[in-house]
Amino acid sequence: MSLTTRRSRLAASALAAITALGGLAACGNDDEPAAGEKPSKLIVETFGEFGYEELVKQYEKDTGIKIELRKTAQLREYRPKLVRYLATGKGAGDVVALEEGILNEFKSNPRNWVDLAPLIDDHSEDYLPWKWELGKAPDGRLMGLPTDVGSLAVCYRKDLFEAAGLPTERDEVSALWSDWDSFLETGRAYKEGSGGKALIDTIVTVSEAVLFQQGDDLFYDKENNIIAETSPAVKAAWDTATSMVELSAKIETWSPEWSGGFKQGSFAATFCPSWMLGIVAENSGEANKGKWDVAAVPGGGGNWGGSWLAVPEQSAYHEEAAKLAEFLTNATSQVEAFKAKGPLPTHLEALQDEAFLSYTNEYFSGAPTGKIFGESVSKIEPIHLGPKHQAVKENAFGLALRGFENGQVSEDEAWQQFIKDAQIQGAF
Amino acid sequence: MSHSTTAAPPTPAAPPPPGGTPKRWRLSLARLDIRYSPYLYIAPFFLIFGIFGLYPMLRTFWMSLHDWDLIGDHTFIGFDNYTRLLTDEYFWNALINTLGIFVLSTVPQLLLALFLANLLNRTLLRAKTFFRLAIFVPNVVSVAAVAIVFGMLYQREYGLVNWLLGFVGIDQIDWDGQTWSSWTAIASMVNWRWTGYNTLILLAGMQAIPRDLYEAAEIDGAGQWRQFWRITLPLLRPTFIFVVILSTIGGMQLFTEPLLFGNGNIIGGTQRDFQTLAMYMYEMGITNLNSAGYGAAVAWALFMIIGLMSLLNFVLVRRAAK
Repeated sequence: MSLTTRRSRLAASALAAITALGGLAACGNDDEPAAGEKPSKLIVETFGEFGYEELVKQYEKDTGIKIELRKTAQLREYRPKLVRYLATGKGAGDVVALEEGILNEFKSNPRNWVDLAPLIDDHSEDYLPWKWELGKAPDGRLMGLPTDVGSLAVCYRKDLFEAAGLPTERDEVSALWSDWDSFLETGRAYKEGSGGKALIDTIVTVSEAVLFQQGDDLFYDKENNIIAETSPAVKAAWDTATSMVELSAKIETWSPEWSGGFKQGSFAATFCPSWMLGIVAENSGEANKGKWDVAAVPGGGGNWGGSWLAVPEQSAYHEEAAKLAEFLTNATSQVEAFKAKGPLPTHLEALQDEAFLSYTNEYFSGAPTGKIFGESVSKIEPIHLGPKHQAVKENAFGLALRGFENGQVSEDEAWQQFIKDAQIQGAF
Repeated sequence: MSHSTTAAPPTPAAPPPPGGTPKRWRLSLARLDIRYSPYLYIAPFFLIFGIFGLYPMLRTFWMSLHDWDLIGDHTFIGFDNYTRLLTDEYFWNALINTLGIFVLSTVPQLLLALFLANLLNRTLLRAKTFFRLAIFVPNVVSVAAVAIVFGMLYQREYGLVNWLLGFVGIDQIDWDGQTWSSWTAIASMVNWRWTGYNTLILLAGMQAIPRDLYEAAEIDGAGQWRQFWRITLPLLRPTFIFVVILSTIGGMQLFTEPLLFGNGNIIGGTQRDFQTLAMYMYEMGITNLNSAGYGAAVAWALFMIIGLMSLLNFVLVRRAAK
């Protein structure tokens, strides 16, 4: 779900600073929970917007179990909280939402989490297969039930495209960049037509998009050895990204310059996971409503973000919590959540649902985002992420690309830096 | 425990009144009070320090002797984390960054503070209280707010600093793109925030210097400058040592400013240009869940470095003042 995150990274980091020393002193402690009796209350712990408000009320009515929704606004504040709960053995909700990066990291210590498989019906055929597989820990236990998926599209500015003499209709634009080579050509055409302006914000977002289109192993192989240097997917993402430097405004994602860049028109397109739409809209402001539109991503599919629901071992009510997670992730619930707050379904039935497919987004010139993202979802390749995928991607891969993009190091040096840092960030 | 209000002063030499047991009892109680109650009065500090200061430190040391996963297993590995530190390029990089920013921030800051304090100490200055208050204001502003505002000033595209530099024909500087520029930018935040604070402490020190020394010097024909060098500086030495040590402790633990300057990324720039030791500790100890033991070792190394630097400062400033 929305990795809404880093806009308030600032505030979060300030908080983190305060908790830094305290956290270091936290201690591990595995209390065995008491199981058995029917709970009077269950706590659902989420970040951002999962759209569970109405669903939870309905569940309360059906079962008579009181449900408390505990929300943390930003992912950056959410992760340290979870770490504290796990490190101290108390405080976590009964059902906990785990974002992709967090889930993978926590998989290294699966015994913090309940194996859901024996507690619920068999759903192994119900969801996007790769998404279902990612919910499993290395020891085979079913750690999380799929909630949403990021999916991928391109947000672009129609007015800027028009000024640069490019087509503006979303189907024409999608056709314009059916693959990455033609995306590069389009970028060059935009640069020429606009008097040297940049098409995209940064090459790092290109690398993310390409990475997830490759499928199979990314930074780790199936045995979780780091294969950054030899992985074809990583190499493809690197090469595509570095070839796009001439199109880039060289603005770091989530920085104040990036947020301001939407209004200034510093870049005319950016890669949009579905949860990014709200951020684009907010950064661009009401004045730019109707100027943005959504087109397909070059090379089809792709994914960025998405979450699972898990039950921590420290919960006192494993079975009831698992049932609740099962309810929140079923097809009907996923469509309801999508209608409420927009997280893209991962349940195969939900993805075929009429309400989902016919959804249009007004801010983005009435783009049929349900259909666009839905189609993109079906093209996502199954991938294997590995334990520290997020850290390698953000603090080794992305940083090296930015160093190269900013002209601080040559491409060769940047690659060497990435290989070195991948070992450090990827160690677990 | 109440403060001793007993009328009887503790005079052991006073002869005990005949048959006065209750009186003698009161006397010994008063003696106990005099002897031990001071410890009770200062006990709260030590209790709180023990819980929130000493215990976490010892616990961190214990962690640093382990391969410690924050949410998983702990294995005792002795001093391996510390030997790893010695050959860790990124640790030394962080140390150099910290020292660099420390020098860039502390030296100009203390010189400026000394100058300002001397100015504020002038008897002839009008609206003294106003200036003394005004100079302290930056310190009251939340560090996060400072970092956010300065981050905007130093933006590449729309930042005020680059805009102003443009008037004198200097090209846009990518402030977080190189070592020198990022250090300068971060040091400027620290300076802005702490100069006033140090000024006030130095001013307090200056006011404790007896006026008659200056008067005598004036009669002997010493000018302002000579008075400053011969009277103010030597007598300010203890205060100056205090300020330097305080700055060292703060400077070595620099965290929030560089973190927010880099948009919240713990790495501190794409090339680790401005990752400080405290940030590296956080990266290893908190961000990377599985290397918390190593992070604890970084924390202890930082502690020892601060201790050493404070000692060095103490010796150097003492000698310089001689």
